[in-house]
Amino acid sequence: MLVNKIKRTLTAAAAMTALLGATNAAADYALNLTTGVTPISREAHTLHMLILEVCIGIGVVVFGAMFISIVRHRKSRGVQPAQFHESTAVEILWTVVPFLILVGMAIPATKALVAMEDTSDADISIKVTGYQWRWGYDYVDSGISFISSLATPKDQIYNKAEKGEHYLLEVDKPVVVPVNKKVRLLITANDVIHAWWVPQLGMKKDAIPGYINEMWFKIDKEGTYRGQCAELCGKDHGFMPIVVVAKNEADYAQWVAEQKGTASAEKQAAQRTWSKDELVARGETVYNTSCAACHQANGEGVSGAFPALKGSAIATGPVADHLALVMHGKPGTAMAAFANQLSDVELAAVVTFERNAWGNNVGDLVQPSDVKAAR
Amino acid sequence: MTTATTHDTHHEEHRRGLMRWITTTNHKDIGTLYLLLSLLMFMVGGAMAMVIRAELFEPGLQFVEPQFFNSMTTMHALIMIFGAVMPAFVGLANWLIPMMIGAPDMALPRLNNWSFWILPFAFTILLSTLFMDGGAPAGGWTMYPPLVMQTGNAFPFLIFAVHLMGISSIMGAINVIVTIVNMRAPGMTMMKMPLFVWTWLITAYLLIATMPVLAGAVTMLLTDRFFDTSFFNAAGGGDPVMYQHIFWFFGHPEVYILILPAFGIVSQIIPTFSRKPLFGYSSMVYATASIAFLSFIVWAHHMFTVGMPLTGELFFMYATMLIAVPTGVKVFNWVSTMWRGAMTFETPMLFALGFVVMFTIGGFSGLMLAMAPVDFQYHDTYFVVAHFHYVLVTGAVFAIMGATYFWLPKWTGHMYNEKLGKLHFWLSTISVNVLFFPQHFLGLAGMPRRIPDYSVQFAGFNEISSIGGFAFGLTQLLFVYIVFKTIAGGEKATDQVWEGAYGLEWTLSSPPPYHSFSIAPDVK
Repeated sequence: MLVNKIKRTLTAAAAMTALLGATNAAADYALNLTTGVTPISREAHTLHMLILEVCIGIGVVVFGAMFISIVRHRKSRGVQPAQFHESTAVEILWTVVPFLILVGMAIPATKALVAMEDTSDADISIKVTGYQWRWGYDYVDSGISFISSLATPKDQIYNKAEKGEHYLLEVDKPVVVPVNKKVRLLITANDVIHAWWVPQLGMKKDAIPGYINEMWFKIDKEGTYRGQCAELCGKDHGFMPIVVVAKNEADYAQWVAEQKGTASAEKQAAQRTWSKDELVARGETVYNTSCAACHQANGEGVSGAFPALKGSAIATGPVADHLALVMHGKPGTAMAAFANQLSDVELAAVVTFERNAWGNNVGDLVQPSDVKAAR
Repeated sequence: MTTATTHDTHHEEHRRGLMRWITTTNHKDIGTLYLLLSLLMFMVGGAMAMVIRAELFEPGLQFVEPQFFNSMTTMHALIMIFGAVMPAFVGLANWLIPMMIGAPDMALPRLNNWSFWILPFAFTILLSTLFMDGGAPAGGWTMYPPLVMQTGNAFPFLIFAVHLMGISSIMGAINVIVTIVNMRAPGMTMMKMPLFVWTWLITAYLLIATMPVLAGAVTMLLTDRFFDTSFFNAAGGGDPVMYQHIFWFFGHPEVYILILPAFGIVSQIIPTFSRKPLFGYSSMVYATASIAFLSFIVWAHHMFTVGMPLTGELFFMYATMLIAVPTGVKVFNWVSTMWRGAMTFETPMLFALGFVVMFTIGGFSGLMLAMAPVDFQYHDTYFVVAHFHYVLVTGAVFAIMGATYFWLPKWTGHMYNEKLGKLHFWLSTISVNVLFFPQHFLGLAGMPRRIPDYSVQFAGFNEISSIGGFAFGLTQLLFVYIVFKTIAGGEKATDQVWEGAYGLEWTLSSPPPYHSFSIAPDVK
């Protein structure tokens, strides 16, 4: 019966796939869990295969007995039903045997679990913060800090442009880590619960406000590994991917140096006075990555869920209130506190942009130094 | 026990028209109401599933916005769990328990009326949130804070609807327990009760134990939102993970509430069509009780990724794996019941056999999910979605449909159309596997659940799954047609209905008298 069912399913699936195949050139029909690129992911894969095989074995016995019974013990063959209805020996047997099988599986599972939870002796530590809907990374040792957001254009999502190879699994700034080093992640969240998961690294962990969770990985192959948020975190849960780039030691050191250079340039930019055009231009970029998901690109928001900024009391009212709201958020709502997510320049730029876009035309502007003073 | 058995025939008279249904205290009328509500909610929840599968047919956003998509997944789950499966089981309990234990009616008829009539209001409130400012709840049926706090005006309505459902369930459970404990016919000892009655008795205790826990959890959400408490707010010294512990302390027994009565149904159907007594009756009872007990100490396996201490993870892994033992006993017993029987394959038997096979597949994936080190990969992916739909759709829902075909001739006095019934079974079985089997592959390949859009590598299996989904959805219209056609008329059913049928309900006429057993039968 099971075999028939599987056959039927696969035949039906194959027929439909053939019908629709042309539309899905990029779809691959992956069937199994990845072996991944870390000791943990290989361990998870081995255990997965072990328990899958045990299940298939038990399935063959149980469904086999059922199948024989369905074929042979049917009334249409004129059989007389037996009347037996209990056997203590058999009952004990099929209680004890499964129990022993479970013990046999629990032993390797326990070993694997102990290894997975051992985050000691890490070579580098990275703090990961989940935001609605992007990831923040702070390298604890080197002081590098950035936000990583979805890089897929809206046109691809709304089917106005052809979808790229890494559709929804691409970011503006990937996490870069060295290979063959034990990397420890310290995972938390700023607003709601998220979960950090890259399948090829073999582990996922929830990012929870008020908690710092730990996980670790040691990648043994250079390359780019993609994953996404795995815990429902609101509207754009499906749009906060994770990209990890594993580099060799020399390339990693070079990347660290570059990041430090960019950070000091940004620091200097915060010292000078910006023109309104500069702020509006920069602000539009910040707005589109950090604000437009809720308040919409046209500033009109979504009725009942996300307020409009166009003509709003905040965006056209006193500038200090506007800046304070963006920096500290509104507790109990989806409006996050951006003080720790955005730099002084970015905060100044986005507030300036909001006060001068969509016909708001308040005319005033906020300088990075104003933001610094407000912190 | 004997006092309940003398009943005068003038009770046969009841009001006509709409008022009959509003004021009824009769277990059959109330059972019918529950079952009709369940069917309606099954269609509403199913329509939401169609929206979900339509959006997931192709990568990209085609039909709905992400926020509305999240509302659909949230509402689909709430409607199907609290609106379709649970009322169906309560409906079956109402119809069958008095007939099976030789009682005239349920023990607490007015409570019975009330526990049903709360539900239409609860679901009207829940469904009305679709039209509210800010949309319907979209934070998942588990209502995890802090996300659920971002629900718009729907928030208090969601909490109130959950409270109403909980009150209804608790009252229904009290009624079931009181009826079974007090109203059994002379000679109907506990260990002679049909397994459906046994599984429902245990389910009722699970309901009474866990529904107040859910009520407490959602009440704390309510005060966090409106009265400045910080039970689950980290910034105020609260703990968002505590909610998950409390919720799943309710939630795990809840999944057995959704499956134990199904075990009972299948344990009635398989012996009937195998023409052979149920194998290992007493071990079935003990296995059910063991599952119920274990269900209270495994809740955190839903939360392996929240960052529990290692020892906690180990405990919940071992305890969860243990559930496989009593569940295995049940499956082995069903197969042994068939062994050397004389089987026929009418529609109820087909659904029961489909249940055994596909529920076991869901059990296997459940065992895989129990392994914490691999669960870190499976958790919150489509593998989990495939798992719980195998146990809930091909498990609970298939059992309910099997039960409908099994007892419908008894309830209505008419035989359903056997050809159409078999067609319904085969179309459902094929389409449901096309729908859910590929979701295992999607999950293993890394597709998270609850996302409205996905990367192109997942396109192939999503397309297949959606086609299966539309086919399964469409097939259920056939079920509705068969049921209503049978109610309207059809070949006259005998009292025995099925050749191998045994048990008190089959000694009554088809359809049975308004009050099942006015004179208590003598059970030997």
